[in-house]
Amino acid sequence: MKITKDKKLSLYKKMLTVRAFEEKAGELFAKNLIPGFIHLSIGEEASSVGTCSVLNKDDYVASTHRGHGHMIAKGADPKRMFAELFGRTTGYCKGKGGSMHIADFSIGILGANGVVGGGFPIIIGAGLSIKLRKTDQVGVVFFGDGAANRGTFHEAANMAAIWKLPVIFVCENNLYASTTPADYSLAGGSIAGRASAYGIPGYNADGNDILEVREIVGKAVKRARDGKGPSIVENKTYRYRGHFEGDPQKYRTQKEIEAFKSKNDPIQLFKTILKKEETLSDKIDKDLREEVNAMIEEAVRYAQESPLPKPEEALEDLFVNP
Amino acid sequence: MTERIISCSDALAEALAEEMERDETIFILGEDITAHDGIFGQFKGLYKRFPEKIIDSPISETCIIGAGVGAALTGMRPLVDMHFADFFTTAMDEIANQAAKIRYMFGGQAKIPLVIWAPDGGGLSAAAQHSQSLESWFIHTPGLKVVVPSEPADVKGLIKTSIRDDDPVIFFQHKRLFSQNGPVPEGEYFIPLGKGDIKREGNDITLITYSRMVYLSLEAADQLAKEGIDVEVIDLRTLKPFDFDLIAESVKKTFHALIVHEACLTGGFGAEIAARIGEELFDYLDAPVVRVGAKDTPIPFSPVLEKFVLPQINDIVEGVKKVLNS
Repeated sequence: MKITKDKKLSLYKKMLTVRAFEEKAGELFAKNLIPGFIHLSIGEEASSVGTCSVLNKDDYVASTHRGHGHMIAKGADPKRMFAELFGRTTGYCKGKGGSMHIADFSIGILGANGVVGGGFPIIIGAGLSIKLRKTDQVGVVFFGDGAANRGTFHEAANMAAIWKLPVIFVCENNLYASTTPADYSLAGGSIAGRASAYGIPGYNADGNDILEVREIVGKAVKRARDGKGPSIVENKTYRYRGHFEGDPQKYRTQKEIEAFKSKNDPIQLFKTILKKEETLSDKIDKDLREEVNAMIEEAVRYAQESPLPKPEEALEDLFVNP
Repeated sequence: MTERIISCSDALAEALAEEMERDETIFILGEDITAHDGIFGQFKGLYKRFPEKIIDSPISETCIIGAGVGAALTGMRPLVDMHFADFFTTAMDEIANQAAKIRYMFGGQAKIPLVIWAPDGGGLSAAAQHSQSLESWFIHTPGLKVVVPSEPADVKGLIKTSIRDDDPVIFFQHKRLFSQNGPVPEGEYFIPLGKGDIKREGNDITLITYSRMVYLSLEAADQLAKEGIDVEVIDLRTLKPFDFDLIAESVKKTFHALIVHEACLTGGFGAEIAARIGEELFDYLDAPVVRVGAKDTPIPFSPVLEKFVLPQINDIVEGVKKVLNS
């Protein structure tokens, strides 16, 4: 897949944005400034940004509880995202959804989902809708290694395959379903490998290599747009933070986390490539990071200065026709 | 408006054909709906007329409902066929956590014009897993509308309204009523959600009911009329929203109320109606409100057992007398 230097830099900046957003969210959560609980995607930026970089604005994405990266990668505004995390009226969901139920329908995000595996049936509906409306859109459902064991995965993969729906199943295998290791819970050991049972392509991708993610998801997207049906892509990646912020993480060692950080960090890996081919200089890198950090600070300021909802607004938005 | 006598089943098919002719975003997804026009013949003639829009699904109830949600979110107006209401259990997440919540939890960004159509009810010796009346589950989940028509005209008027509604609607039809005949207006005919109907006027007691129990209640009312008891029968038609104004108007006239439903008594919708009457109409009551519902067991197979568990005409007659004699 051909890619210009400018495009590479914009991907790099998106990855920096996701990470800066997530790190800031973690910091604010630790200070008790964000209510509820949050699931961060630090370490998985190549998957979210790489996948969404081969989608159009009107393509659909069904996201997960770990969905901040998908939102930013698809083009959501960090200001309104932070406002949602803070429970403000200016948030994407007017403070009714929070981190785990964030969405921006104007860019095709059909919602994060608090139910693991909840996105599969929804993307099937989107795929069926695309087919009936005869547009050239596609739908992507992000899911984790844990969701691959839900019955919804099987029903959706089967339906997508028999109807040749324009959908792509993008697994972000971060090795743990909450506390449960994938090598314990995943029969057959491979999520991409399950594709053969449905007679559809299954691809393994180094989920920490954004160019490889783009290449492979891009191939699956093209196949879907050409009317040839669904694919499963398994992005092997790793989350640096716990399942949720505050997770005691007794199921893995600090040594393991450090090893992934030092050898497989998606941003560092991409930076190395960009520097080697002289797309990125230290100066540009520094400028980009400053720009991103300033944007995140501004987003947090916007959120904190935004009004809280009036309590009775809890009664709004249930029905179109009450 | 011209009327003909047709069945509930034909009323549904006719209404859907009219709506599908008008709006090409409507489609129907479910199991076994092309070979025999639906297992109750409820989609008669639709596959022939709209072959691309009547879609047979694998046996995957979770994805049938979930696909309905996803399609509704992306510009379509699906009607999904649940086959039997009992199978709702296999798709509850898609109904209760997705369809019911998506608009609200995303702050009103999305609409979900989805009809979930489900044949319910007992009386066919179909036993525990094919006979239930599960409306209370959905009434108790904010974000869903619940429709329970009895007569064919109501089926037509309410399905057309439900199809055009922008919110998720659970549309129950009682299996014993598919062949029930009645006058149905030709052409455009709409009944708003949340409007009940007085199926029989009376002055002595307000009998509040819905679905198949409307017919049993009307028969009970005929019997009671011979004894000089004048029963007013209200068919709620929609349970969420429900027409409390109509109930209040009637109770203020009769000073007595009986609630009849086929669902089991405990935690049934009758409890909600009784509570509302108690809270808002206490001063108008000459006697406690009484409920008639199924016994609190699964629905048994043997006709003798099933008849014992489900409310019968005699139970309704006794219920009326209990209210009036207390």
